[in-house]
Amino acid sequence: MGLARFLVRRILTGIVVLWIVATGTFLLFFTRPVAVVARELAGRSATPQVISEVIRNLGLNLPLRVQYWHFIDATAHGNLGFSYYSQVPVKTILAEDLPITASVVVGGVVLWLIVGLTVGVISATRARSLFDRVATVGVLAGLSMPIFVLGELLIIGVFLPLNEHGITWIQTGYAGLSTGVIPWMGHMILPWITLATVQAAVYTRLSRGSLLDTMGEDYIRTARAKGLSERRVILRHGLRAALTPVVSQLGIDIGALLGGVIVVEQVFSLPGLGFDSVQAIDTGNLPVIIGFVLLASAFVVVANIIVDMAYALLDPRVRIA
Amino acid sequence: MSLSSLEFQAASAESAPEQAIEGRSQWQLTRRRLLHDKVAIASIVVILVMVILAITAPLFASLTGHAPDQAFTNTGTTSTGAPVGPGTHGFLLGTDYIGRDLFIRILYGARISLFVGIVTTAIATLAGVSIGLIAGYFGGWVDTVLARFIDTVLAFPYIVLALALAAIFSPSLTIVIGVISFFSWAGISRIVRGQTLSLKEKEYIEAARSLGAGPWRIMFIDILPNLLGPVLVLATLYIPIAVIFEATLSFLGIGIPEPTPSWGSILAEAQNYYTVAWWYVVFPSVALLVTTLAFNLLGDGIRDAMDPRTERIFAAGSQRRRSRRRPSVVSAFSAAGPSAEFPDPPRQPMPPTP
Repeated sequence: MGLARFLVRRILTGIVVLWIVATGTFLLFFTRPVAVVARELAGRSATPQVISEVIRNLGLNLPLRVQYWHFIDATAHGNLGFSYYSQVPVKTILAEDLPITASVVVGGVVLWLIVGLTVGVISATRARSLFDRVATVGVLAGLSMPIFVLGELLIIGVFLPLNEHGITWIQTGYAGLSTGVIPWMGHMILPWITLATVQAAVYTRLSRGSLLDTMGEDYIRTARAKGLSERRVILRHGLRAALTPVVSQLGIDIGALLGGVIVVEQVFSLPGLGFDSVQAIDTGNLPVIIGFVLLASAFVVVANIIVDMAYALLDPRVRIA
Repeated sequence: MSLSSLEFQAASAESAPEQAIEGRSQWQLTRRRLLHDKVAIASIVVILVMVILAITAPLFASLTGHAPDQAFTNTGTTSTGAPVGPGTHGFLLGTDYIGRDLFIRILYGARISLFVGIVTTAIATLAGVSIGLIAGYFGGWVDTVLARFIDTVLAFPYIVLALALAAIFSPSLTIVIGVISFFSWAGISRIVRGQTLSLKEKEYIEAARSLGAGPWRIMFIDILPNLLGPVLVLATLYIPIAVIFEATLSFLGIGIPEPTPSWGSILAEAQNYYTVAWWYVVFPSVALLVTTLAFNLLGDGIRDAMDPRTERIFAAGSQRRRSRRRPSVVSAFSAAGPSAEFPDPPRQPMPPTP
């Protein structure tokens, strides 16, 4: 009951957010002088005839609110327009790119959470040990490392030497799951490491601090007094409470994650959503950009709903309703 | 009678030997601790060297005779058109893909990086502190509106907005500074707001109000000085974030436009020359990493120096070494890193309300 109401409410708010984003994009792109918009839509080398035809076809001479209605109507029906250059529907482009981007995101997130939490917990339980000190230095290095620098250094430090010596498992570019799990992982491993390292630094720091705070709580002392093993105290009692700030951080990092994915795809030439949207900007391919912005916003909305549910699951004081 | 005894006291206080007990302000203590921190001193030196190199970049350009966007097609590229390596033909760190001096370009890139980093942080700090103070002090609907706005900005996927803006306006230094500042102030605001909320309930604020001080005077004269510590730490930690942000935008081709050298755009060009020119990737990367790492280390150093708990931690550390088997001491260790009073630059909105 509570969950259903929560979901309905969040989905409704999500739709409102998407509507605001769509309206914002519309305003950004279509309220400029008609000639500018028409030139962009018609392509760079369009003749004046073509431009005037575009203005007529797209109804750019219509009042703004009529245009706005058309735009929202088409978007709501999943019609995102066509790429200028290939005339392929934007929807098809997004659908083709999605598996590639999803491969990067899922693997990267799993790796970054595992590394970040493990290192954080070990550092916290052995505060001021050698491991903790090394981890602290590593965290600072990670925080200082732009994603693309790490990616490029991995390419010239790992990918090139390995391939020179005949070890060709690790590759750049993309190979779908249909080519087999092992080749797929070989293509994905460097992007995963790149995406995970930079983010894991933040999570290591966060989970270390959070667990250290939690371990000072009274109920931890109670758990110890009951004679529980230290491992059980940390994993069952400490970690659960310590995870709540980590999960709420995760909700926000989805935005940062998108940025990271764009950069990672660029570095490793993975033809995913990020790669194509940067290309769309280079070539002024407006429908693709709008499609990407909308899809990215939808992703952020959905991911935040999932994160909030996980939050309520971890912290019984938070009720979803 | 009583007047003369007061005068007597005052006179004896004035003539008392000065060295008896020296009062030290928080800033004096901080400076003392910072000067004993070798890592922090090293970071300051590195940052100063970077700044001097950036300022004197034109000097190096005229010394070598290589302008930052001057292509040396004869000496700067090999017969196959590839970049030449470090040390050949007077190119200290080699050349880039059209034969421009990489060393000079990296120096000019430092100008962009440091300029963007410092300017955006200054804008973000000014805006963040003002908005945070106003939201925290006035409360009520002002706070509700501003806090919601802060959360929205923090949760916004910045790269999407940057992409959209780049699609409409042609990229420029102004847009880069605008985008970075816009996404940086909110984190500072949130922390300033939180601190103001607790500070405004203190007695000395009540005293100031009873003396007839207006809200602006209380905010900026009475509350602000107590926030300077955390804000200084945050600002230091925001500089490397802004430097990375600028480099990332330039790397994606939506930052500083060509031919102005930026570390990000140099590394984007370098992508096509992995196999033939390692220096093309390595040197700009090192410049970028050294700069961001120095600012991060300095920020952590200032935080540790300001946090009065740091000294207790070292005490607790030695205590722990003596009595190893008492895990309860662990709770005293949480500092030396972000703490409640000196948090990391936040990137998250408030957690869902319980």
